[in-house]
Amino acid sequence: MTSNYNFGFFDEVSKREIRRKTLKAISIPGYQVPFASREMPIARGWGTGGLQLTLSLINKNDIFKAIDQGTDESVNAVNIKKLVKKTTGVKETIDTKEATIIQSRHRIPEEKLEKGQILVLQVPMPEPLRYVESSEQKTKMLHADGEYSGAWLVLFEKIIKFGRMTGGAAHPVMVKKRYVMSPSPIPKYDNPKLDNNEALILLGAGREKKIYAVPPYTKVESLAFEDYPFEIEDTKGKTCRLCGAKDVFFDEIEDELTGKVFYQCNDTSNCLKNINEKESA
Amino acid sequence: MAYVGVKGGDKAIEEFIRRLKYERLKKGKSVSTCDIESSMRALIDQIMSESSIYDENLASIAIKQSEGSPEESVFLLRAFRSTLPRKHYSRIIESEDMNIERRISSGFKDIPGGQILGSSYDYTHRLIDFDLIKKESKEEIEKWLNDFNNKKSNDINPSKLKFQKVLDYLRKEKIMKDYELNNTNPKDITKGSLSFPTERSERLQILTRGQTGAVTALGYASLRGFGSVHPTIGELRVGNFPVYIDSPLENDSKEDNSYYVGEFKATEVESIITTTMKKPDGSREEQFEIGYGVCFGQNETKAIAMSILDKCLEIGGDSPTHNEEFVLYHIDSVESTGFISHLKLPHYVTFQSKLDSVRKTRREKNDQQL
Repeated sequence: MTSNYNFGFFDEVSKREIRRKTLKAISIPGYQVPFASREMPIARGWGTGGLQLTLSLINKNDIFKAIDQGTDESVNAVNIKKLVKKTTGVKETIDTKEATIIQSRHRIPEEKLEKGQILVLQVPMPEPLRYVESSEQKTKMLHADGEYSGAWLVLFEKIIKFGRMTGGAAHPVMVKKRYVMSPSPIPKYDNPKLDNNEALILLGAGREKKIYAVPPYTKVESLAFEDYPFEIEDTKGKTCRLCGAKDVFFDEIEDELTGKVFYQCNDTSNCLKNINEKESA
Repeated sequence: MAYVGVKGGDKAIEEFIRRLKYERLKKGKSVSTCDIESSMRALIDQIMSESSIYDENLASIAIKQSEGSPEESVFLLRAFRSTLPRKHYSRIIESEDMNIERRISSGFKDIPGGQILGSSYDYTHRLIDFDLIKKESKEEIEKWLNDFNNKKSNDINPSKLKFQKVLDYLRKEKIMKDYELNNTNPKDITKGSLSFPTERSERLQILTRGQTGAVTALGYASLRGFGSVHPTIGELRVGNFPVYIDSPLENDSKEDNSYYVGEFKATEVESIITTTMKKPDGSREEQFEIGYGVCFGQNETKAIAMSILDKCLEIGGDSPTHNEEFVLYHIDSVESTGFISHLKLPHYVTFQSKLDSVRKTRREKNDQQL
């Protein structure tokens, strides 16, 4: 295939625009910064926001890791890795510790992120208030006023209807006591990892044209009530059938023949590390 | 195994890309991009308009690569477009300068210069022409073209086909309000994200690159009942616009020093829409307003629908077709097809989380009942 693309796909002017907006996002934690959002060679909704952040930041010395739903090997993760590799030629890894930039969809890795690392999360719906207010013009004003009754009411109504804060991934968080933010559809299990994380967490929504950020060591609290505290998904009594890990986020797998349910680490590279450590011990 | 099966991605991707190539070639024949360019004018026009990039050659490659899928072709071209730096802005194009191929008015029978039908499918009978199964030989085509060109020379000299706009006659009569020209630079929608309320220049850009079907559907909805705009087409014209840029070397904007860089075909529609105006004394008066539609290539339905939506968004209102966020956020091909298709990605982390929540609620309900 003949290709005449620049390093990192974009022209340098486009990269600069994205980096400037990223800097603004880091300066105002949790605030959604609008950006131009270019069309990408992968589809809108398939990680174009994350990809634009990655490609605007990456340089030749970076080591890149991509995960989709916890695994480095899923088709979408591979696809994103391939595109980054094709347009930059940087080194890839599956090792969370080794990576300098990690682009992820719907998970924060199990291994603790460290100073200097960047986690890029792909975001489908950046607006935490969209379900209560469909107009962008109005939600922007609600954020400006810090008027979050809508977000609280959604949770309150769930408690009234179901007796608990139901709802799965993308449980809203309060960033630095100012902005309510959608953490992207990570499971509730991952929400606490956002708080006071040592790494820089960037969130990119390509279709909705927004960039936002959780800078290192930022206070992030999941929305909850005093009498109805925030709860993560149930991991009690479950162990990974491959590495024996406990208290991680699991995939649930049913044996086709026996119908028995197994659990397996959702974060595959962490699982592999556990297995290797056991075997070398 | 459940959805975890979607792993080992590398090999899987390679294989299905091979499979895709097989689908394109399996009947043992492949169409050349030249063939596409010379015989798929309508598709090329639609795709260039939705991609907002004017290049018939590139569009032909995209069509070939995507086996004729408009959504994929537009996607390819937009992704290519986003790597191109913006080097120049053209000088303002006055639409009187269009070299007209077709120009009709449904509001006035006798427009100066007359109705020029040009080419269109409007008055064809939609009966399948089974003769087209036969291959048209090169000689046949050449002969037909010769005959056609000889006859054409008897008609009006086509280089003279430049006309004043039909609506200018109405403006002269003061039936239509004459606005001052607004020559402020348009906001470039590819250089920022929309903020509301939008400017008209932003709305027009989004409408003109909207997905043909989506623009048509929403324009139709407004016409039919979910809106209040029913236009008369003052003028619909199809033809070529010349493009000039200011000299990049000398820092001046004199017309004499500008460069002609080419021309592009476009469809332009000016719709006449009746609105009611309240006069200072409280009485009401009807007046004509304009709805504007323009797009690359010959895309008449889309341009008309655009002219309806332009007016809808200009007046605003409660109906969805008059709501700028509703219209502008949902008509882009790359955005809508992208987000709909992302549902095919595995969602099992999110679903697992949802499952956990549903189970907990059920368990508690059951406990209460016991």
